[in-house]
Amino acid sequence: MDEPELTNSRLGSLEYDPAPESTAIAHFRPSYGIFIDGRFTDPSSHEQFVSLNPANEEVLATVAQSSREDVDRAVASARHAYDTVWSRTSGPERAKYLFRIARLIQERARELAVVETLDNGKPIRESRDVDVPLSAAHFFYYAGWADKLGYAGFGPDPRPIGVAGQIIPWNFPLLMAAWKLAPALAAGNTCVLKPAETTSLSALLLAEILQQADLPPGVVNIITGDGSSGAALVDHPGVDKIAFTGSTEVGRLIQQRVAPSQKRLTLELGGKGANIVFDDAPIDEMIEGIIDGIFFNQGHVCCAGSRLLVQESIADEVLRRLVRRMEQLRVGDPMDKNTDVGAINSAAQLARIRELSSFGESEGATRYTSSCMLPDKGYWFAPTVFANVSQSHRIAREEIFGPVLSVLTFRTPEEAVVKANNTNYGLACGVWSEKGSRTLWVAQRLRAGVIWANTYNKFDPSSPFGGVRESGFGREGGRHGLEAYLDV
Amino acid sequence: MSEPRLDVRKTYKLLINGAFPRSESGRSYKVFTQSGEFLANVAQGSRKDLRDAVLAARGVQAKWWASSAYNRGQVIYRLAEMAESRRDELAVHVGAAEGLRAPEAFASVARAIDRIVWYAGWTDKITQVYGGANPVAGPFFNFSLPTPSGVVAVLASQESSLEGFVDAVLAPIAAGNTVVALASELRPTPAVLLGEMSATSDFPAGVLNIITGVTSELAPTLASHEEIDGIDLAGVGVDQASELNVIAAGSIKRVFRPRQNDTDPTRRLRAFIETSTVWHTIGQ
Repeated sequence: MDEPELTNSRLGSLEYDPAPESTAIAHFRPSYGIFIDGRFTDPSSHEQFVSLNPANEEVLATVAQSSREDVDRAVASARHAYDTVWSRTSGPERAKYLFRIARLIQERARELAVVETLDNGKPIRESRDVDVPLSAAHFFYYAGWADKLGYAGFGPDPRPIGVAGQIIPWNFPLLMAAWKLAPALAAGNTCVLKPAETTSLSALLLAEILQQADLPPGVVNIITGDGSSGAALVDHPGVDKIAFTGSTEVGRLIQQRVAPSQKRLTLELGGKGANIVFDDAPIDEMIEGIIDGIFFNQGHVCCAGSRLLVQESIADEVLRRLVRRMEQLRVGDPMDKNTDVGAINSAAQLARIRELSSFGESEGATRYTSSCMLPDKGYWFAPTVFANVSQSHRIAREEIFGPVLSVLTFRTPEEAVVKANNTNYGLACGVWSEKGSRTLWVAQRLRAGVIWANTYNKFDPSSPFGGVRESGFGREGGRHGLEAYLDV
Repeated sequence: MSEPRLDVRKTYKLLINGAFPRSESGRSYKVFTQSGEFLANVAQGSRKDLRDAVLAARGVQAKWWASSAYNRGQVIYRLAEMAESRRDELAVHVGAAEGLRAPEAFASVARAIDRIVWYAGWTDKITQVYGGANPVAGPFFNFSLPTPSGVVAVLASQESSLEGFVDAVLAPIAAGNTVVALASELRPTPAVLLGEMSATSDFPAGVLNIITGVTSELAPTLASHEEIDGIDLAGVGVDQASELNVIAAGSIKRVFRPRQNDTDPTRRLRAFIETSTVWHTIGQ
């Protein structure tokens, strides 16, 4: 490929005044307990760990480290609530609880968005416009299923599974909690939810919302902590179902640990999504789609379009425009309403992104990194594109989970499909073309759970999401998402 | 007086990629009737045979899925036609292997054939029953399509030599998967006969591969094979199923463990179906 010009466009050189969202609406307690049986209680060990704002490394609060004993209490609480309350609560009543929760999320949307951005580092624009409204929408969607399960195609009277243990990642903390809790509760299960170690605060705020909604105690329990708390939940004999979203590496371990038991399991794991661009694609929309596909949420997205497959005839132009557009991204204070790319969620993740990116250069790819200024404090990684990447490069095979795009080329649709499928993952792909028949031809052959045509990174509670192959099994969202929480 | 006729004894061979080889290992083993009389010599498949079968199944999977659902239904129905005309032979083997009297054996074969017909009718219903359009909030046409998991390994029932085998192999095949099946170790001949029939039923070579042999020796190879996407553990006990399940987790396989006295025949059909959701923009 030719060298793209790195000159900024006029637009890119415009300066904006800071437009920070106020943090005043977020009230953190100095320390948080775990949410069991409808109340916040101290963990048995009284051990706490800090939750940082990754944008400036300031401590937001301390959070309880749940021990095996705490997991025990949470599961017992969920079991008791299942036996005595929730399994006897009718579908229409369960529905009304979920509608209530949806409404409360909407009412406290601003507060939730601020908490999410402070705790996670994602731009306030995204938590405000994506995470929080979609979380409310998920509860709203599944609320309506609670009294219509007999029409969902799983027989006239499908039963819940029982107690669900749910382990969620740090990239969309509130949204992943909603994805897990809403279908589980609609189907009649009770839950023990474990948020990720670095992002517990929005789930704990959600616990307050559940209290506000008068959800019966024990129907949802939230235990905070590191991987050891999650492992205790996975191993607990009182849990009937495990739902996990996270890396393929951990998912594999969980599947192995659950294997000897009768526990049900659904896994939503990693990905290395191919975004396939044909030469007839509408180029402006396509560039925006590529940018959104990889830089949305700092690239902390399991379905990120992290492998760009571009048709050879337009490769030079696409790369030139892509690098120019990347230069225009506003990287910095996540609380600023004009920020496009926020902070990397943790020091550990930043180290991983740096390590994998260094292989990009050492293996011979050409690196383009945004010249944006990065703040002194906090965890930051400038948006980066690698060109001249080949399929065997580590940056083309391994999930980086950061704002790093690998660009590969192809000549024919057949070659695009072969390259897209040349991975053990199978979560999401994008296809860009004005030719509908070709798009559908490609879509039919892609081994992926989600395919976006002329768009990318779109989510909706009615649309099933989940992977094939080593990206996991089971679906979240839509009618299909109910199956994960019904004994069918 | 004429000489007494010497009967022609048949060798029961493997089915790999549409051909009927002996095991590459050169091994065979004897199988007996339920009452202990010699029934047949059967090829004792090896790990290498399994890997050849997986290669064949992987190679033809996209082609099998790309053929029309109508066509796949006709191929499976053709198998029922073939089985119907060889009912007597199947019943003799099912009766001998399972220790059933003739009427029971014929009844079992009849149920198995009817089951094949049932699966033939599923191929062009799965998309409508398990797929659908999703009303997303935005200018998108969004639809979910059931797609096959890929290559499915079947550890067929040890007891139910034909009925159990039919269910375990045809559920994934009807859904567009290709199959590498390990027949019942001690009662393999009905499965081998069905395999012979499949070869004259327009099944593309490699869609159904059948290996006979020692389950405990071969099952771990199937559970660990990276090119296998799902595994049906019907033919192993609880302890071995747990072990194999752990091995299968290494490549995040879909694992199906049948329930006792299951009344829902769609569970197996759903076990090796993925949901692929396509979003397309709507605009002028």
